[in-house]
Amino acid sequence: MDDLAQFKQTFFAECEELLGDLEGHLMALQSGEGDNNTLNAVFRAIHSIKGGAGAFGFDRLVAFAHIFETVLDLMRDGRLEPTPDSVLLVLHCADILSDLVKAAQNGTELPADHENEGRKSLIDLAATVGVNADPHAADDELAALDAQLAAGGPDALMEAAAAPEPAAAPEPAAPAKAPMLKFLVKFTPRDALYQRANEPLILIRELKELGSFLAKADAEGVPPLDQIQPEGAYIKWEFEIETDKGEQAIRDVFEFVIDDCELEVTCLNPPAAAAEAPAQPAADAAAPKPEAVTPAAPKPATPAPAAAKADPHAAGDGATAKPAAAAKPEGGAGGETKAVRSIRVDLDRVDKLVNMVGELVITHAMIAQQTEHLHADQHPELANGLAELSHHIRDLQESVMAMRAQPVKSVFARLPRLVRELAMMTNKKIRLDMSGENTEIDKTVIEQLGDPLTHMIRNSCDHGIENPDDRVAVGKPPEGVIHVSADQRGGRIVIEITDDGRGINREKVMRKAIEKKLVAPDATLSNEEIDNLIFLPGFSTADTVSNISGRGVGMDVVRQNIQSLGGRVHIQSRPGQGSSFILTLPLTLAVLDGMVLKVGIQSYILPLANIVESLRPEPDQINIVANQSELLRIRGEYVPLVYLHRIFKVPGGIDDPTKALVIIVELEDSSKMGLVVDEIIGQQQVVIKSLEENFDPIRGVGAATILGNGRVSLILDVAGIKHIAENESQQRPSPQARLAAPALQASA
Amino acid sequence: MTKRVLTVDDSKTMLQMLQFALKQGGFEVIQGENGQEGLDLLEANDIDVIITDINMPVMDGITFIKELRKKPKNKAIPVLILTTESSQSKKEEGRSAGATGWIVKPFDPGKLLEVIRKVSP
Repeated sequence: MDDLAQFKQTFFAECEELLGDLEGHLMALQSGEGDNNTLNAVFRAIHSIKGGAGAFGFDRLVAFAHIFETVLDLMRDGRLEPTPDSVLLVLHCADILSDLVKAAQNGTELPADHENEGRKSLIDLAATVGVNADPHAADDELAALDAQLAAGGPDALMEAAAAPEPAAAPEPAAPAKAPMLKFLVKFTPRDALYQRANEPLILIRELKELGSFLAKADAEGVPPLDQIQPEGAYIKWEFEIETDKGEQAIRDVFEFVIDDCELEVTCLNPPAAAAEAPAQPAADAAAPKPEAVTPAAPKPATPAPAAAKADPHAAGDGATAKPAAAAKPEGGAGGETKAVRSIRVDLDRVDKLVNMVGELVITHAMIAQQTEHLHADQHPELANGLAELSHHIRDLQESVMAMRAQPVKSVFARLPRLVRELAMMTNKKIRLDMSGENTEIDKTVIEQLGDPLTHMIRNSCDHGIENPDDRVAVGKPPEGVIHVSADQRGGRIVIEITDDGRGINREKVMRKAIEKKLVAPDATLSNEEIDNLIFLPGFSTADTVSNISGRGVGMDVVRQNIQSLGGRVHIQSRPGQGSSFILTLPLTLAVLDGMVLKVGIQSYILPLANIVESLRPEPDQINIVANQSELLRIRGEYVPLVYLHRIFKVPGGIDDPTKALVIIVELEDSSKMGLVVDEIIGQQQVVIKSLEENFDPIRGVGAATILGNGRVSLILDVAGIKHIAENESQQRPSPQARLAAPALQASA
Repeated sequence: MTKRVLTVDDSKTMLQMLQFALKQGGFEVIQGENGQEGLDLLEANDIDVIITDINMPVMDGITFIKELRKKPKNKAIPVLILTTESSQSKKEEGRSAGATGWIVKPFDPGKLLEVIRKVSP
């Protein structure tokens, strides 16, 4: 069972890939970029899913895939024209197929009528060109056959019962007490038999296993040596076989060569008519005497029940639909590139590797620290070795991370369709532009990006883009544009979803927020703050909850999802011109480049990605403004100063920035802030250890790590620090840093 | 001597199942994902039996068989086509390309080994 589980896992992983590719191909068809290669690829995807599903007995999936495949086969043959309507149907059916795959994977059962509508549409479509894609018709035939067999007696019933068994062995269901019969078999191979690498000796060996056996070779036709063709057929045979396995067993031996030879099978001591009849009713009907089976056309004489038994799919295949396969172009795959060579590795194993590398980073840091006091010139090998080790660890780590990285394409691929469907549902005209699809992010992040992204797109389509009439009225083109882009900036991935719609109606948002008691009625908020109110729990601006955006998930959940990935999301809006959702995500969830800072008795890690520069300011660079906050003037720009020891209430921090250090950090909204710290210890790679498992979220602290000396150090979250600083300056008289205490406890 | 089977299929599930069944039968297994890879692997290895799918990207099974049969050293290698399409036309197409026999998917491991015995000494 272990193997089966493993096969299934491979199958579902493959299905996921195939369905993903399918989506891309279908989009190409939809936009008219598809050609016959695309149709071939689509057909192959469905075909592979059906093949695998059959092997695991996912009958419902097989049944639907079969009809689907039939229609696609007609399309690639050119018998069915891929019209916009039919492509739409195919898209819809791909969804259904995906549902069925998911249901099979999760072991859940979909409502019985889930695929009925798509199925009926497919059958109707095939019917327009006179093809019956309905396997039920074939089932009916099978049922009729069963009935016929049932009438034939108990042996026939056994046959019928054996029929649905996949890949049943070709042995005839012999009666319990089969008679010993003697057969004369005349076998004359033709050249073609050898050309297809068949080998009479193997056939003879097989025959021998059926019972007592006598072979006579007739070598009269063998020409003189100099005239012999290596693949010529010169020898013919006569076999006498005594067996209780029946004539069919003999014929089965010749299954692959039947068209490349002359074969006569004669029973030398025919039994009483009844003995063989039940096993082969159709054979008897079509060819009452075995002798009548002409060697040139043995196939039509193949007993029908045996055919059904040897291949249950023959019965499942719409008999009329299949011949179309013969005409399909097979070689037309020239446009595709050679598949990337890859192996499949369980994600857990990669994660384990990531963890090990993390531990390695810490161990290296520890050794480096232990040997710090040694003079490099006294121990050059040690110093060189350590430096090299550090390089190697970094390379190793990047390689491991790259294993987990995937292009965002896989998530983006779903979006065109989503937008198209939403445009249809809302009667709007919306075009989707995408860029940066090849930007790579950690797989975990990708997996969890789908839902939030979908929701933001929904929001843009539903609330952002206006109706065509409204757009024209304000002088915009009737078609709205949503642009989705991904980009790596520094250590983070930035995904932006920008629409050219109406933007956020701040008045309405404010009113709603006050109504829902999310903000005080007399609060004065900046435009940006108002815009971002939509991320508050329980906020929805739609007057009536539409079935597009209002699916019970608010933007607060989007923000939560993104935050749980170590990311952030905010919105920028320009009334009348549109809005942008801006998502920033970490490149990896495991390791980060940090700067170790000393503040009083504590050390902290500041993500390198945030740091712009560090300096020790001159007294004349410091300006104190009205609300007592300090600004650092640097190259004509004013940057607010934030004392880290005040934020975290660390005793012993240096209070005078001209004697301490100021680290200029940049936040995601491009604003800057100067962090005042005592000193910089050095740059170090640190392994991120989540605090969330054991602590409530701590503002200003993103995570923790273990330093080379074995001490726990907190990793700073600059956006959180800015927030604390702003709160403090507002409540200046009582500068109570609410969250400082737990932060300290966590570091202890 | 252990016999070596070249399996060519674009479905990894199928490759894996073939490998499982063949290994139980004591065969060594080499895998390719399309006809072109099959040809390359055939060039680089001594192969006793070939099992190939028909519908594959890059190079389909029919072309693969036609191509491999062009080389004298491959003429005697039994080639089994693997297909869910059980219709006569598919088998005929495979046969006229030079296939030795066929295996209908889904198969059980026993049946697979039986078919191989039918074509391989």
